[in-house]
Amino acid sequence: MSAPVDAIPSVGAPVKAGAQRKRDADRLALILLLTPFLLWIVLLIVLPHLGIGYLSLREKVGPRVYEFSFANYLEFLNEPIYWNTLLRTAWMSILVTALTLLIGFPIAYYIAKIAGRRSRAALFLLCLVPLWVSDLVRAFGWIMLLRETGIFSAVLQWSGLAAGPVEMLYNDVTVIVGLIYTVVLFMVVPIVSTLDGMDNSLIEAGYNLGGGRLTVLRRIVIPYAMPGIVAGCIIVFMLTAGSYLTPILLGGKNSMWFTEQIYNQFITRYNWEGGSTFGILLLVFTSLVVWLGLRLSGQNLANTVAKR
Amino acid sequence: MTSDSANDLECERVTKRFGSFTAVDDVSFEIPSGSFFSILGPSGCGKTTLMRMIAGFEEPAAGDIRIRGRSVIGVPANQRNVKMVFQHLALFPMMNVGENIAYGLRCAGVAKGEIERRVGAVLERVGLPGVERKGIDQLSGGQKQRIAIARCMVLEPDVLLLDEPLGALDLKLRERMKIELKLLQHQFDTTFVYITHDQSEALVMSDRVAVMNRGRFEQIGSPQELYNHPSTAFVAGFVGDSNRWRGRVAGRDAGRLQVETEGGARLLCAPGQEGLAEGAEVEVFVRPEALALVRADGPVDPSANRLEGRVDSLLFNGAASRVLVRGAGDKLVEVAYAPSGETGELAPGDAVVLACAAADSRCFEAQPHSDGADPQ
Repeated sequence: MSAPVDAIPSVGAPVKAGAQRKRDADRLALILLLTPFLLWIVLLIVLPHLGIGYLSLREKVGPRVYEFSFANYLEFLNEPIYWNTLLRTAWMSILVTALTLLIGFPIAYYIAKIAGRRSRAALFLLCLVPLWVSDLVRAFGWIMLLRETGIFSAVLQWSGLAAGPVEMLYNDVTVIVGLIYTVVLFMVVPIVSTLDGMDNSLIEAGYNLGGGRLTVLRRIVIPYAMPGIVAGCIIVFMLTAGSYLTPILLGGKNSMWFTEQIYNQFITRYNWEGGSTFGILLLVFTSLVVWLGLRLSGQNLANTVAKR
Repeated sequence: MTSDSANDLECERVTKRFGSFTAVDDVSFEIPSGSFFSILGPSGCGKTTLMRMIAGFEEPAAGDIRIRGRSVIGVPANQRNVKMVFQHLALFPMMNVGENIAYGLRCAGVAKGEIERRVGAVLERVGLPGVERKGIDQLSGGQKQRIAIARCMVLEPDVLLLDEPLGALDLKLRERMKIELKLLQHQFDTTFVYITHDQSEALVMSDRVAVMNRGRFEQIGSPQELYNHPSTAFVAGFVGDSNRWRGRVAGRDAGRLQVETEGGARLLCAPGQEGLAEGAEVEVFVRPEALALVRADGPVDPSANRLEGRVDSLLFNGAASRVLVRGAGDKLVEVAYAPSGETGELAPGDAVVLACAAADSRCFEAQPHSDGADPQ
């Protein structure tokens, strides 16, 4: 009669082995999924920043002789043109972010709440179409329109509104317009996705309980869309502050964009230490602005990302 | 206006079309002050459209809607004193309970201290004092329900609309909330208009019920009237359970109709409507509790209709238990039975006789394709 008794552990064993195998498979899947992500983070984000941070903290004291020092950071502080450029870049980026929000929110609201089911997909696709074309080509498109011999200038002269050729390139307004055009999509998408999750009856309840259009927008729609708005603003601000092509091409020599300073340090002056310092400063400063923005709007990063 | 002011809400020949589809078709009714009125109908019958017109989210194509005797056609939704409890309640998730309830008062420009007092008072009335600071997701389903009602009632509306608010709750809670809603309505003494597809909700809570089908009101009456004296085949089939037989009128006899069913049985019926001539296609409705079940050799009232069959199965469900009897034409008939009673020891296969009085067998003109609750 010993056989049935022996059978008991042998029944349990395969079950355990199966569970073990499943756990191993889960772990393997996790490792396989995480590997590309970790490689990306470590090789392309963490290592370069460690390198840049290291470079920024050494000073050239002689040919091929370097010392640890904060000289690069001191130089930044002592040269008003540098920190002025950084402040100007931040200020212009904030302006672009605010204007993009003003333009992007109604678009997003229309796509998510007013457009019909079928036109919604078409509108969304239309928003994506400009991304088919490279940044460079799109910037040249603006140049074609706005330069002295460009289309706008020609139309103005032809209609008699302007006496001579009009130069519309190389000023701040053009830079801002060009930047808004490049980044507006990154504002629209997150707001559409939060508003999509909003039950229309919330809006109707807002009206039903006596609210006017403005009240409903201010007290119901915008608070609901806040995570999307914050996400869009962060993306747009970071993209704008870090953009290079659009300010250079549309703003020319006067653009005074901080990325231009970084480029100059690295490429023109071959001053890698100075360039690295500026890179770190841009990262720290923009992060600071984002942190401040989050504090002021009473949001936190986790709920911005995790909401729906 | 003076004589009409006894009614909180009146609809007169209200019609709404979407393209070529008529969602609400020439509907008229009036609701006296302080009553609980339900609109009962299957999904897609137009009841939600009707409610949205009353709330002001849709404009009727024709007809008039009057609240407290004053027409509200052309009055925007936020200026009508009609508040609505939405199907999924639509509590604002970014506000806490107190802010949710205060929203309407703030829109109306009530002073701060007054708002606080009234929010506290209404929470007291719905039995949830002191929850102002709680978040919406900290509330249970039943509590959310009460907050949604409080959010409307704090504005002292003329009419409160409720759009199937119990649909999302589980069964036990739904049963409790039915009673609670009725009590709340008594307490606030406000006209409630309740929309539902669930007949038991409508029957339990309402003073009057309108049964709606395909954009029209089939019948308006008290729950008892609808149940005991349905005026159309749709109402007979939709309100409560019924057994149905299709058949043909074979003769008349002192106000009763002799109907020959498709299965070959002969039933003596009370006509549910006028003008059923000999030879007309009819449907006969008999409620499960109107059928008396006796064993094949038992005594049967000779004046009653008599159907023979065999027990097919027993469906035990406490007080709502049923016996399925396979009768003539292989048709299954539902019969109510008390499991503890004399027929308690029935077994499948037993030969039985079903009897029902002619007055309880109601016949209506057969619909081309009836779409009641009981597909056959």
